Amino acid sequence: MSSTDQQDQEVPTEVVQPVQVLYCEICTFPPEYCEFGSSFTRCKEWLHAAHPQLFEKYYSEEALQSKLGTLSLEAQAMLEKDTAKKEAKAEAKADAALKKKMASQVVIKRIERNKRKYVTAIHGIEVFDIELKKAAKFLAQKFATGASVTKNAQGQDEIVVQGDVAEEVLELIENNTGIFKGIPAGNVEIVEDKKKKAAE
Amino acid sequence: MFKKFSPSTDIASQTPPKSSVQRTIRAAVLAQWQLQPETLEQIWPKKESLTHVKCREHISIYTVNSEPFFFQYFDGPFYPTLRLLHKYPFLLPKVGIDRGAIRFLLAGAHMMCPGLTSAGGYLPPAEHQVPANTLVAIHAEGKEHAVAVGMTKLSTEEMRKVNKGTGVEIATHLGDDLWAIQVL
Repeated sequence: MSSTDQQDQEVPTEVVQPVQVLYCEICTFPPEYCEFGSSFTRCKEWLHAAHPQLFEKYYSEEALQSKLGTLSLEAQAMLEKDTAKKEAKAEAKADAALKKKMASQVVIKRIERNKRKYVTAIHGIEVFDIELKKAAKFLAQKFATGASVTKNAQGQDEIVVQGDVAEEVLELIENNTGIFKGIPAGNVEIVEDKKKKAAE
Repeated sequence: MFKKFSPSTDIASQTPPKSSVQRTIRAAVLAQWQLQPETLEQIWPKKESLTHVKCREHISIYTVNSEPFFFQYFDGPFYPTLRLLHKYPFLLPKVGIDRGAIRFLLAGAHMMCPGLTSAGGYLPPAEHQVPANTLVAIHAEGKEHAVAVGMTKLSTEEMRKVNKGTGVEIATHLGDDLWAIQVL
């Protein structure tokens, strides 16, 4: 016990403890920089709810006054306009991304590899924030077969599972639980791909 | 440097360097930053192995516990990441920029001399002047935490005299793609 006590006394003179910095949960900046981010309004709301004192510190009347500092009024107006523009842009971008996500298709492909032997390729689930590697591992375990992440002919990543498991995978996705959360069931389709006869 | 950086395409390999190399890195870090060995021990315990993340264009990021810790361009000095600098703000000498320059900095611009010499900016006094090609932490007018890490192109006295052109080249700033990476 005494040895640790000694350490406690000696250490603080030399080791400097890290400063705990609070980061905004919305834009990840320290809150004092939120005003330069692309989600200022939401950041402000978050700070107001989570840390009222800090909100007071940064956004009270005097704080806003003193913040102007050496900057001219016009430059400040410009900055505000800029922020608003940036915010609108970021919002539009997020909207578009969401739309695209909702419209994108997940394709489960049954590929004939040999007579009576199939592999199942699942393509397009990475759009829904699913980690392909983890999903492949999960499928491999579930079906007790091999499953891997490979690049297809178009150079996109897809999961290839050995064996014909298309129906089962579809069911898993429709259940919308576990690792396949967040895929709208309507966006999934099963495609069959017969091996072409060797070209002559 | 990290304006566009995505881990999936820009990282070539992740390997732990030899322990002898780690020793030299440790010594170099201690020499380059204003840092006591004991404090470094706390940031980067001896037992924790460093991981060298090789990226495109000769950028190497070093991680401890898969958290980016510092990075290097070619064989240059070690830049601390901004998150590390926030925790230990005394690592590098400080310069300040005025409020008008912040938004340009956050868009990735290098810092021009007038932004550093104006009323809102801050340059260390003449007796503590920072020579050229030194790492500096860039703070902003009225803000508590650093906003960027950069390398001076001129000594701070020259900046005062010339007052034109690039004063500090920015390596990483708040909101760039290195900032977005919290775990590698």
